[in-house]
Amino acid sequence: MLDNLLRQSGAALLEQLAAIGRLWQLAYTAGEQTVVGPFRCKPIRIKKTVRQVLRAGNDSLPLVALIAALIGIILALQSAYQLRDLGAQHLVADLVAVSITRELGPLMTAILVAGRVGSAISAELGTMQVSEEIDALTVIGIDPINFLVVPRLIGLAVAVPCLTLFADLVGILAGCSVGVLALGMGASGYLSDSLAALVAEDLWGGILKALAFGAIIGLVGCQEGLSTRGGANEVGSSTTSAVVRSIVLIIVADLFMTTLLFLRH
Amino acid sequence: METTSPVIRAQGLRLSFGNQIVLDGIDLEIDAGETMVILGGSGSGKSTLLRCMVGLQRPDAGSISIKGTDMFSAAPDQVEELRQRIGMAFQGGALFGSMTVGENIDLPLSEFTKLPLSTRRIVARIKLALVDMEKAIDRYPAELSGGMRKRAAFARAMALDPEILFCDEPSAGLDPVTAAGLDRLLLRLKDVFGMTLVIVTHELESAFAVADRIAMIHQGKILIAGTPDEVRECPDPVVRRFLDREPSDDADDDHRFRQWMMELEEMNG
Repeated sequence: MLDNLLRQSGAALLEQLAAIGRLWQLAYTAGEQTVVGPFRCKPIRIKKTVRQVLRAGNDSLPLVALIAALIGIILALQSAYQLRDLGAQHLVADLVAVSITRELGPLMTAILVAGRVGSAISAELGTMQVSEEIDALTVIGIDPINFLVVPRLIGLAVAVPCLTLFADLVGILAGCSVGVLALGMGASGYLSDSLAALVAEDLWGGILKALAFGAIIGLVGCQEGLSTRGGANEVGSSTTSAVVRSIVLIIVADLFMTTLLFLRH
Repeated sequence: METTSPVIRAQGLRLSFGNQIVLDGIDLEIDAGETMVILGGSGSGKSTLLRCMVGLQRPDAGSISIKGTDMFSAAPDQVEELRQRIGMAFQGGALFGSMTVGENIDLPLSEFTKLPLSTRRIVARIKLALVDMEKAIDRYPAELSGGMRKRAAFARAMALDPEILFCDEPSAGLDPVTAAGLDRLLLRLKDVFGMTLVIVTHELESAFAVADRIAMIHQGKILIAGTPDEVRECPDPVVRRFLDREPSDDADDDHRFRQWMMELEEMNG
């Protein structure tokens, strides 16, 4: 019984390590093609990349707006509840602005994009893999990394920071609505407090995180899709796995980057 | 300088997946302009051999060279150049589902030629006319029948006028009339373009209808490679059983079946 449990845990751990190894390999190849490829007659496919940016951006925009607004409202209400006892309700604007731009904006946006776009990428490439379309590309002489992975990777690395900026704005405005309607603050006062509370690092730190999260979602989605073997069931498993792995890696990367930003001071 | 060496040469190919030996020392030579049919039952290793030939599967040992270029040890540029001289029609077509039939054919043309879009569109129509599919140029693969998908796949494989065309199970899953039509199409393409054809199939009728030579593969080994008449007269019992469509009754198969049943019982607890 214990033997069996240990064997299964060991096998699961090895599988996870192997998956991380495959992901690293794909990251290296795709990164090399993005940076060095254009100098080796393998240009980045601009049209495909723009299509991926629009697809990731447009598809996720309404959902990101909704969730950012809800998070902004919740955060403002929770902060007001805590700060009321200290008589520091005027700090709600500062707290909402900093929390959203540094942390919640990039993190929530990335989790939503992982669920919506990362899963779609994995399902799309997984279906292409099981129907031999990826093999067909290779036989034609088209590198699947250059043709499929690089545009998606760049697309998400551009779209997620843009969506994050949008989420930051919506979140702060939603917090402002709480300030005006529930806390009796003036809109212009709330917004100028928010702006005053933000420093450049809050903004670029958040954008840097969003860029890394976008790259993670793109890479994991592509990796899971390209490693799909079998049929429809396996495509489903890859899609689930893409979302779960993306979210775990996003949070790990978030911890790492937050620590680095914290240690700068 | 004119070369007399075979256009495709497989030497000592070995490949295993875990404990299972899939290719067990395959040696095969295919001459320019000939139609070679690789014949064998399910799981015999014929499709894997084809995947090795087109560079999709790296063998554990041995080499594959096409027109003198080794598929696995040549420089990437050389392999890329070689790929433009070969075409492959996959078993299920493998057409890109997000593109129309015309766009599928246009993809290799836009990648490897400098033709303007209008000319490429004309080329795509010509290729589709070869397979009687010109009316389907703006249709998506999901809107086509199995036979049409296979014909469209031939048109895509022909896009760059390849010297060698590989076909994986061209008539599998098709009704006899459509399958016979595809055989005729292959022969017509070969006559018109003088290509070398390598066809993997388990369909006897189709194999004997199109082949100049047949290589019969069983358990990863080539049992015979010869003309259709030589294969018909081959005394090897495995070849005879396959040609006479007799089920296998050897002790090995019985043993494997018992082992498989025991594994199944173990899995079910």
